[in-house]
Amino acid sequence: MIQRLRHGDEVAHLLTLTFAAGILLLTSMLVYELWVNSHLSRAKFGWLFFWTRTWDPIFDNFGASPFIYGTLITSIVSLMIAVPLGIAAAIFLAELAPRKISDSISFLIDLLAAVPSVIYGLLGIFIVVPLMRTTIGPLLINTLGHLPYIGRLFKPPNYGVGYFTAGIVLAIMVVPFIISVSREVLLTVPRDQREAALALGATRWESTWQVVIPWARTGILGSIFLALARALGETMAVTMVIGNDPKITASLLAPGYTIAAVIANEFTEATGDLYLSALIELGLVLFLMTFILNGLARLLIVATERGGGPSS
Amino acid sequence: MIRLRLLWRKSLNAIMLSLTGVAAFAVVSVLFLILGYLLLHGGKSLSWDFFTKLPKPVGESGGGMANAILGSLKLLLLAAVMGLPVGLLAGVYLAEFGGKTFSFVIRYTTDLLNGVPSIVIGIFAYSLVVLPVKHFSTLAGGVALAMMVIPITVRSTEEFLRAVPGSLREGAMALGASKWKTIATVILPAASGGIMTGMLLALARVAGETAPLLFTAFSNRFWSPGWGQPAASLPVMIYTYAIAPYDDWHRQAWAAGLVLLMLVLLANLGCRLALNRRGSARSA
Repeated sequence: MIQRLRHGDEVAHLLTLTFAAGILLLTSMLVYELWVNSHLSRAKFGWLFFWTRTWDPIFDNFGASPFIYGTLITSIVSLMIAVPLGIAAAIFLAELAPRKISDSISFLIDLLAAVPSVIYGLLGIFIVVPLMRTTIGPLLINTLGHLPYIGRLFKPPNYGVGYFTAGIVLAIMVVPFIISVSREVLLTVPRDQREAALALGATRWESTWQVVIPWARTGILGSIFLALARALGETMAVTMVIGNDPKITASLLAPGYTIAAVIANEFTEATGDLYLSALIELGLVLFLMTFILNGLARLLIVATERGGGPSS
Repeated sequence: MIRLRLLWRKSLNAIMLSLTGVAAFAVVSVLFLILGYLLLHGGKSLSWDFFTKLPKPVGESGGGMANAILGSLKLLLLAAVMGLPVGLLAGVYLAEFGGKTFSFVIRYTTDLLNGVPSIVIGIFAYSLVVLPVKHFSTLAGGVALAMMVIPITVRSTEEFLRAVPGSLREGAMALGASKWKTIATVILPAASGGIMTGMLLALARVAGETAPLLFTAFSNRFWSPGWGQPAASLPVMIYTYAIAPYDDWHRQAWAAGLVLLMLVLLANLGCRLALNRRGSARSA
């Protein structure tokens, strides 16, 4: 034993183990702090917290539903844009482009993923919001706004800020994640699957769409979950373009609010203990949402990269 | 009839395939649009004052963000000092010592920690560091950023350690080196380039984080001596200046955005190029 200690093996093992376990400890502390510090709000509002629409710091009455609604809607809008775009780009990179071009484009897309979110917010405020107010918004109102059913989603007023603007900015931010993960997954699809389809007389597109994509679909779904988790938790860019209005409105062009945005805006100004506690409970809700999604996403991606195949 | 069907299949093929190409180039062009806009707007407002002067009081034009630049550097230093060693050692554990189940748990937790929204990390650092002493501080901001550095460093360290060829390890062991000696003198040096690049990438990632600093380091319009006072940082300055109603502040926000983006992109560019070159050298 002493001999081994002198060699330092045990010490090194213990030392590194301590730090690895430290990560577990840190994560549990995170959950614990969120849980304990949201106690006041949980005790007072219970499950009603999720249904109430009022957010009134003066009378200490807090309900989370406008924020949960805004978070979900902006994320859905962003996925509607980012998923088709991302999967199409991933198909191009994995199936069509020569290796050199594919690698350089992926490199640039990785750089895009590294752009800080406050920069997206800056461009959102000064480029996307004016564009939305003067061009895209009126266009949507005049075309889609007249359709039955979905017309309700595109009604004036259109201030430029709102769910849809946030959705556009979020889409640009999450699309690099969809592309890089989907590309990796598509590249793991065995070559003979493609060749078999082509040998049967399928066109390139048919072999991609009917053979390669179904093979990789679990992994692609994983990439979408990852993107969704990022979109839900994204703070700065959304805060800068959503309009910060705690209401639930059917029109996507209306200003709204998200969980992350309300925490960012009101945390330093939260005066009462209950107010702060309600904000921390919102943080807990956000944490749980992304926690579950990330967990699912990892499992899906691991499952495809290990086995894959149309049956899974 | 059959010929018509073939024509349809062929044109569908051509249309869909070209659409995928359009999608890829559209996404890439966004990067150049971002760069272009920042160069256009930020370049005009960037001056020597920006790097050397303090912010002017509201209403007066001019001034700079020297305090925010220093603040960002101090926050990064704290994040590096607190986060990198933890990430490195935990990464060594996963690559060299870990048992199967426990390693899986650690790896999974690390990935989940990596996915925690940065604003939630901010709440955590707030309740850990700010609440007990009842005031915002550089230290609290550093703790928040360190929390984000750790998971990235763990995974990249583990990856690069695993990439070290087994023959090196066996060679050292065969010469009678203990496991620890092998790791410290053979494996870590062999992977050091990659590990350091990974660390730099982790720091570049948190350098642009705003949300976790809003209620930890907060902000400050003056110098922030020591570690116990609120401190300005570039990302938070960009945010507050961009949402303020003053044109002069908007110009400064663009300038700060340009500086931040350039730092982050250059760090990424350098690291990724270095990694790619190592990668291709190894496979060749």
